[in-house]
Amino acid sequence: MNEAITNKTAAELAEAIRSGEHSAREVTQAFLDRIDALDGTIGAFLHVNHAGALATADEVDRAREAGEELGPLAGVPIAVKDIFCTQDMPTTAASKILEGWVPPYDSTIVQRIRAAKMPILGKTNMDEFAMGSSTEYSAYQLTRNPWDTHRIPGGSGGGSSAAVAARLAPLATGTDTGGSIRQPGAVTGTFGAKPTYGGTSRYGLIAFSSSLDTPGPVSRNTLDGALLHEVMGGHDPRDSTSIDQPVPPVVEAARTGANGDLSGVTLGVVKEFASGDTQGAEEGVLAAYRAGVATLEKLGAKIVEVSCPNFLHALPTYYLIAPSECSSNLARYDGVRYGVRVGDDGERSLEEVMSTTREAGFGPEVKRRIMLGTYALSAGYVDQFYGQAQKVRTLITQDFQTAFAKVDALISPTTPFIAFEFGARTSDPYQMYLSDLYTIPTNLYGGPAVSVPCGLSEGMPVGLQVMGPTMGDEITYQVAAALESTQGTLLADTAPELTAEGK
Amino acid sequence: MSTISRSEVAHLARLARLDVTEEELDSFAGQLDVILQSMQSLRGVNTENVRPTSHAVPLTNVYRDDVVVPSLDRDRVLAGAPDAAEDRFRVPRILSEEE
Repeated sequence: MNEAITNKTAAELAEAIRSGEHSAREVTQAFLDRIDALDGTIGAFLHVNHAGALATADEVDRAREAGEELGPLAGVPIAVKDIFCTQDMPTTAASKILEGWVPPYDSTIVQRIRAAKMPILGKTNMDEFAMGSSTEYSAYQLTRNPWDTHRIPGGSGGGSSAAVAARLAPLATGTDTGGSIRQPGAVTGTFGAKPTYGGTSRYGLIAFSSSLDTPGPVSRNTLDGALLHEVMGGHDPRDSTSIDQPVPPVVEAARTGANGDLSGVTLGVVKEFASGDTQGAEEGVLAAYRAGVATLEKLGAKIVEVSCPNFLHALPTYYLIAPSECSSNLARYDGVRYGVRVGDDGERSLEEVMSTTREAGFGPEVKRRIMLGTYALSAGYVDQFYGQAQKVRTLITQDFQTAFAKVDALISPTTPFIAFEFGARTSDPYQMYLSDLYTIPTNLYGGPAVSVPCGLSEGMPVGLQVMGPTMGDEITYQVAAALESTQGTLLADTAPELTAEGK
Repeated sequence: MSTISRSEVAHLARLARLDVTEEELDSFAGQLDVILQSMQSLRGVNTENVRPTSHAVPLTNVYRDDVVVPSLDRDRVLAGAPDAAEDRFRVPRILSEEE
């Protein structure tokens, strides 16, 4: 394995390719070799794209030799969450119901990655249809946390974050509906950003909850995340929820933040998150978070307390809205146009075939949420549950707007607890839902938020979350980069060395 | 008090076209009950005169020019279907022989 290559950040790799220190093929091959050697231990990938990735790398090398100007991440390999449609690779959203399906088109995000000439290493594991906080709900395999392979890598983007943390890929894509980029980022010691909703296209993304799903970058550090954010972001006329404005200047903000000066920046600590109402946040997590806050203050940030009383209603609000939208979106899996069909023996009716197909194709969490959503939208309950949740969503948005009148960004821990051991929360869905306690308010509001490592608890990474105003993504990158600048070597670089046998 | 009964869960499963097993009915009824009870807290939030938010960004219909462009390649689309016949999706019979 060529660790001199796989230890480099995406920005360093891009520079090495541009300068001719390494060819794009060498770089891509180094990551493919590491995947071949170690992914048996980690389980991050559902599909590895050896030939396709090398073909893109060769294109980059030819372009460079021809003297063509290369884009900022040309030749830098990337892993893609299996929720993005790829026309040359299976796309399953880690569900049995889409086993083996190869989409007839690419998602916009994948088109942009291809246009940026980034070799796609493969598709990463996730919770089925992005529903979960541990990647244990994948229909195919477990993904293990590189820091401790007995522990979960977070979810739903556990495959993407574990791939980056294990240096199987320098970059990855994720999607964040209730925290699925930030929470895995926090528990694997990586950087993850949920851009402003509408700032990244959802076209060709397998839909879970359409008013919340947001594609974003997963990376080793803030600058790498910003570089990928600028590749992914921007208006897409094929997505009616896409915002027709320029991508916020996140790369510039990450570079500014790296200077470690936050004077003039006011950060709000959410009073309700800091109170005893945090529903069992671990002391080790809170200690690492408090140390992070102290560091930000030392860098010149002014820290003030703000009250966002409706944040405490965010969890039930989310778990009414997201399942309602998912029950509608997942109605398309009826065994007619794509995916699998079960029970079509000539004896059963169309309706019976649909029911047997969906029963066989969906896993437990997906069924739970479909039923929850069906209930919340059913006659007699729709006003009491779904309608009320949409109104509380407005109140949560108003809390953010009130806060951003006083502060530049809000900060909190990313997760209430460190990565837990496999099986610890699967028997009690509500306990699993608590993983996203701090991340969910941002999804309901639609603003940007990032998770950046801020320390360790019990030897496992802890993340600090920075939440910004709509289309103000740059402040989240600036603050994250400033915090990162104080830590010397990134936490991701202190992760234990991996062997094929695991830790 | 339970917020959702086992028979209501069975009814929901039928509405959602999920052919759930008896064991699943038992486990889902208990789990959905816990989740729905936690959501009861929202009933106490004063939302008088609060407008609902369906999307984080204002939505407007997006129209494109009425220009004929090639659609997705039929063979590629049908290749992903569970079954196809005569260039169409083949589905289970809807009407019986007599109808």
